[in-house]
Amino acid sequence: MKILVIEDEPQLQNSITESLEKENFLVETAADYHTATEKVFVYDYDCILLDIMLPNGSGFDILKELKKEGKSGNIIIISAKDSLDDKLKGLELGADDYLTKPFHLAELNARVKAVLRRKNLNGKNSIEFGNTVLDLSERKFSVNGKDTPLNRKEFDTLNYFLLNKKRLVTKTALAEHVWGDNTDQVDSLDFVYSQIKNLRKKLQRSEADIEIASVYGVGYKLVEK
Amino acid sequence: MKLLNQSLKYLSISILAIVTVWSVVFYISMLNEIKSSIDEGLENYKRIIIEKAQTDSTILTKRGFDESFFTLQKIDKARALSAKDQYVDTIIYMQDADDKAPEPEPVRMLITSFEVKGQYYELKVANSMVEEDDLIDELFWDVVWLYIILIASITLINNVVLKKLWKPFYDFLRQLKTYRLGSTEKLPATATKTKEFKDLEYAVNTLLQHSISAFEQQKEFIGNASHELQTPLAMVINKLELLLEKEDLKEAHALKIAEIFQIVERSVRLNKSLLLLSKIDNKQFFDNQPIHLNPIVNQTLGDLEEISSYKKLKTTVSETDELEVHLDPTLAQIIVSNLLKNAILHNYGNGTVEVHISKDTLTVRNTGKDQTLDQGKVFSRFHKTDATTSGSGLGLAIVKAIADLYGFPVRYAFDKGVHSFSIRFSTM
Repeated sequence: MKILVIEDEPQLQNSITESLEKENFLVETAADYHTATEKVFVYDYDCILLDIMLPNGSGFDILKELKKEGKSGNIIIISAKDSLDDKLKGLELGADDYLTKPFHLAELNARVKAVLRRKNLNGKNSIEFGNTVLDLSERKFSVNGKDTPLNRKEFDTLNYFLLNKKRLVTKTALAEHVWGDNTDQVDSLDFVYSQIKNLRKKLQRSEADIEIASVYGVGYKLVEK
Repeated sequence: MKLLNQSLKYLSISILAIVTVWSVVFYISMLNEIKSSIDEGLENYKRIIIEKAQTDSTILTKRGFDESFFTLQKIDKARALSAKDQYVDTIIYMQDADDKAPEPEPVRMLITSFEVKGQYYELKVANSMVEEDDLIDELFWDVVWLYIILIASITLINNVVLKKLWKPFYDFLRQLKTYRLGSTEKLPATATKTKEFKDLEYAVNTLLQHSISAFEQQKEFIGNASHELQTPLAMVINKLELLLEKEDLKEAHALKIAEIFQIVERSVRLNKSLLLLSKIDNKQFFDNQPIHLNPIVNQTLGDLEEISSYKKLKTTVSETDELEVHLDPTLAQIIVSNLLKNAILHNYGNGTVEVHISKDTLTVRNTGKDQTLDQGKVFSRFHKTDATTSGSGLGLAIVKAIADLYGFPVRYAFDKGVHSFSIRFSTM
């Protein structure tokens, strides 16, 4: 899978690249408008991460060009601008998603994978890990082929972990993904812990060979036993 | 005290002084005028008497003031020659038609001397004078009436003229009172040609324009600053995330990094709130549409369920009506969730959260600190009741900013350990 990261801020570009490479993606980068247009029209990418404000031009112009060429799709806008107008404009110009800076790497992973899955959907829409299978279209979870019922938030939590296998998922990232913007100002994320506790129990009872490990009190990591 | 009344106060005091001085002067000069007029009469009378005395010797024997006001008395030559004409104010007893007994009456008397056939006489001619008491009395009441009429007419004129003259000023004042920086579009203006008011308008508007531009700059600055902070914060967050994933990290170091990470996350939250506030202040949300708040409340309570059940809170919703309001959907969601989050966050274990929805009001009541919050500060930015919570201190400020944007009144009340926040979704 080839991903192009169009981002002018080198530090951010490095982090994104490092994170995506951990997921075994092939990552290329572009730091300005000209390099970016050159690359998007010469090569094919499975997913493009596009910053709107670039040196020498706007990410929207790249989107427009791509749309004209019929090459739009699989584009995720990453922007510091959190305005509805920009979001709507981006999505109208053919972007698949809009991620506002600052974002969590776990969230970026989840969004990239969602875009890739939509593109490469070949009948199979499930994630496997160890002896477990998470069926995304049926919203069902099974261990060793045996159905294990999860409630909506447990399902979303596990799904998020599975999109970030063996990666750090911070409590904030998880809370924002599963509980939405409402966790914005919640000072204590202890409730996340109680949710994880329930999920751990279910995994244990159904004899799954995956577990949710704690990471230094800031988050969790889904690993094989 | 109103300007009108103040000017009346000063006018009535000064007019009182002027009228008093004037009446004294007037009295004296009138008295003088009367005396000199009587004196002329007396002089004339004297001449007639002396002429008559030359021919009619009976006159010469007249000793008392009776039917005619003069007396004659023989005097020796030396006294007669040394005497000069003199006018005196004196009193003689007279009986008027309405008097029972003779009464002392003030008279003006001319004392003179003349010679008839070698014999010298002293002649006293009298004429009745006005009684000064009566004159003063009369004059006093005239002056009082004059004063009353003057003050009454000045009050009337003041009322009509000053009100008309100051009308542009009061109009201008009214506009200034309702002027709100950042929300009133038109600068206050006066429809007048009066120079002073024009000057006032100019001075006030110059001042206002300065304030407006400072206000705009400040808003823009907060917006830009928090916007510019997004990218560096993103870099820090992502780098820390990657650092925490390193396999060879020592536990002690990792814990420190985790602490830093949490601090940075707090900055991110704070920055997001600031950005949101600045967007509200800059009116960047204005996609108004009819919205039902009831489902939003229930949905949000559902989203927050894990948090409230973690604190073992008892949440109840009572709906007496469908609350429909014309609002931007994003802002509607923010108002509801910030109020609910506030009620959940500042609660204690096993406390309660009660939400009440009526036709136009959303009320959230929660148990919490047994102490009323400062009415003036509870909605202000960065106001926190205790330093231990890591909340941004902007949640309620955001609610207030949105409510202000639409002109909805927000109320806080405290009663028996229960804090109550309510918004009336209608402008007065």
